[in-house]
Amino acid sequence: MKLSGKKLTVIPSLAICLVHILPFYILVTTSFKAMDDLSSKWIMPGYLYLDNFINAWEHARLATAFKNNIIVALVAITFIVILGSIAAYPLSRRQTRWNKFVYMLFVSALIVPPLTSLVPLYKFVVDLGGMNRYWGIILLHVTFHLPMTIFLYTGFIGTIPRELDESAMIDGAGQFGLFYRIILPLLMPITATVIILHGVSIWNDFQFSLFFLQKPELRTVTVALSSFFAEDSNMIGWVAAGSFMGALPMTVLYLFLQRYFITGLSAGAVKG
Amino acid sequence: MAETNTLSVPDSRTKRSISGYTKRFIRKGTMLNLLYLPALILFIVFIFYPFLKGIQISFTNWNGYNQDYKWVGFRNYARLANDPDIGKIIRNTVIYGVGSSIFQNIIGLLYALYLNMNIRIRGLVRTIIYLPVIISSLIMGYIWYFFFQYQGGAINDILLLFQDKPVNLLGDPNINVWIITFVNTYQYLGIAMVLFLAGLQTIPKDYYEAATIDGAGPFSRFAHVTWPLLAPAFTVSMVLNLIGGLKLFDVIAALTNSGPGYASASLSTLIYLLYFGREDAGYAATVGILMFVMISAVSMISLIFLRRREVSA
Repeated sequence: MKLSGKKLTVIPSLAICLVHILPFYILVTTSFKAMDDLSSKWIMPGYLYLDNFINAWEHARLATAFKNNIIVALVAITFIVILGSIAAYPLSRRQTRWNKFVYMLFVSALIVPPLTSLVPLYKFVVDLGGMNRYWGIILLHVTFHLPMTIFLYTGFIGTIPRELDESAMIDGAGQFGLFYRIILPLLMPITATVIILHGVSIWNDFQFSLFFLQKPELRTVTVALSSFFAEDSNMIGWVAAGSFMGALPMTVLYLFLQRYFITGLSAGAVKG
Repeated sequence: MAETNTLSVPDSRTKRSISGYTKRFIRKGTMLNLLYLPALILFIVFIFYPFLKGIQISFTNWNGYNQDYKWVGFRNYARLANDPDIGKIIRNTVIYGVGSSIFQNIIGLLYALYLNMNIRIRGLVRTIIYLPVIISSLIMGYIWYFFFQYQGGAINDILLLFQDKPVNLLGDPNINVWIITFVNTYQYLGIAMVLFLAGLQTIPKDYYEAATIDGAGPFSRFAHVTWPLLAPAFTVSMVLNLIGGLKLFDVIAALTNSGPGYASASLSTLIYLLYFGREDAGYAATVGILMFVMISAVSMISLIFLRRREVSA
C-alpha cells in the first residue's frame, strides 16, 4: 500500500472511533449538566457542575456499593482460582473413565444459564440462610464460574509436559507436593486469564446480585444503580453521573491493562 | 494412560500405620481426586440439584413462598402452550439471540478485515470498539437510555428538528425490541471482532500469494481463502453471541423493563417477572425448562451445523 493511502485511512479510522464513542459522549454531557439546564444532550455544558455526582454518590449509596463489589469480587475470585486450579489437576493428569465423566459434568454446566433454575436456587439459598449475606452470593458466583475455570485450567495443564512430573517424582516429590511446587507456578498465565474473565463478569454482575442482595447496605454497584434508577428516573443527571462512576473503575483498569483484558476475555471465548 | 507409572511412587511418610485399603487408595493416586471434591460438591449442590428440583417444581402450583403446594401434572406445560404472550416472548428471545448474533458477526468481521489492513491508529480503533465489552450491560443500557428516552432523549432531539412531536421509541413494541438488539450488538461486537482478527492472523500469507498467482481477485480471495479459514472463529463467535443474546436480561431491565406489558420481554426477564412479580413459581420453573431446552438445542444445532463447514488450516 502506498504511503498516501495509509495516511488516508485515518479518516475511516476516526469515523469508526467517533461512532463508537458517541454513547460515552452523551453520558458525559448528561452527567455534567445542571438539572435546570434543558438544552439538548448533544451540547456540552459550558460550566463545571458536579452536583449530579454528589447526589448520585449519596442517594445510590455508591460508597457502600463499591465496598460490597470489592469484597464479593475479591473473595469469589480467590476461591475460583484455588478451587478451579486444584480441581483441574487430577482431571487433567489422571484421565480415568470416572474422571472423564466428572469433567464432562463440569463442562456440560457451561450451557446451563443460571436463570433457568432461578426458582429452586432462590428457594434453596433462602432455606440455607444465604439471602442478603456475602457468603451466599460469593458461593453462587464461585459455583457458576467454576465450570469455565476448570475447563481452562484442565486444558492448560494438559499442555504442561508430563516429563516434568516424572522428574519431580524422581526427585522425591509427592503428588500434592508436585502440584504445589511444579505445576502451580506454571499456571500464572492462565490464572491471569481466569482472574480477568471472571473478575469482569462478577464485578459487572446484575442478575445474581439483584436476586440475592436485596438489602440496601449489601447492594453491589449494579443493583444500587438499578434501584436508584427506579426511584429517581426523572433525575436523569443523577442516573447519568451514577452510571459514569459505576463504569469508571473497569474502564480505567481496561485502558491500562488492555492487552491482558482482550487476550484474557477472548481466551474464554476461543476455548468455550 | 501413563497415570499408573507416574503416580505409583509411594509416599514414604504415609506408608506406615494405615490400613491396606487406604494404602492402595493412595498408591493408585485416587487420593488426588480429592482435589476436585470441593468443586464437585458445589456443582452438585448449587447447579445439579436445583436443576432437578426445577423440573419437579414445574409440575406444581407452588407460589414461591408457601410451604404447601399441589401437584398439577402437566398443567403448567399446557398453560405455557396456550399462553397468549409466550409466542411474542419466544420471538423476542430469538431476535435478541439470532438477530444480535448476525449483526455482531457481520460488523465484527468487517471491522476485523479493516483492522487487519495496514491502517492508521489501529490500536485506538480496537480499544474503543472493544471498550463496551468490559462495562456492565446494565450501565450500558442506561447509557443508551439517554439516547432513546422520550423526554429529552438524544435521538428525539434530532427528530424534533424535522417534526413537532417526539417519538416514544422505547414504548413502541415494534421498535424497542430492535433497540435492545442494537444495544446488545453494539456492546459485544468487539468480541466477534477480536475473534475474527485472531483468526485472520493465523492465515498464512502465501495462501493469498498462491491465489493471486492463480488469478484470483480480492473478492474471490476472500470467498476461497479467507472465509473458509475463518470458519473456526466464526463457529465460536456465532455460538457465543447466540447464547449471550438468548440469555439477555440486563439491557432489557435497563431500557424497557420488559414493557410495555410483556412486549419486549425475553424468557429471562419473564422468569424473573413471574417469580418475583406474580409469585407464580411453578409456572416460572416451567418457563425455565423451556429456556434450558431452547438454549441447549440452539447451541447443539449451531455447533453441529457450523462445524461441518470448518476446514483445517
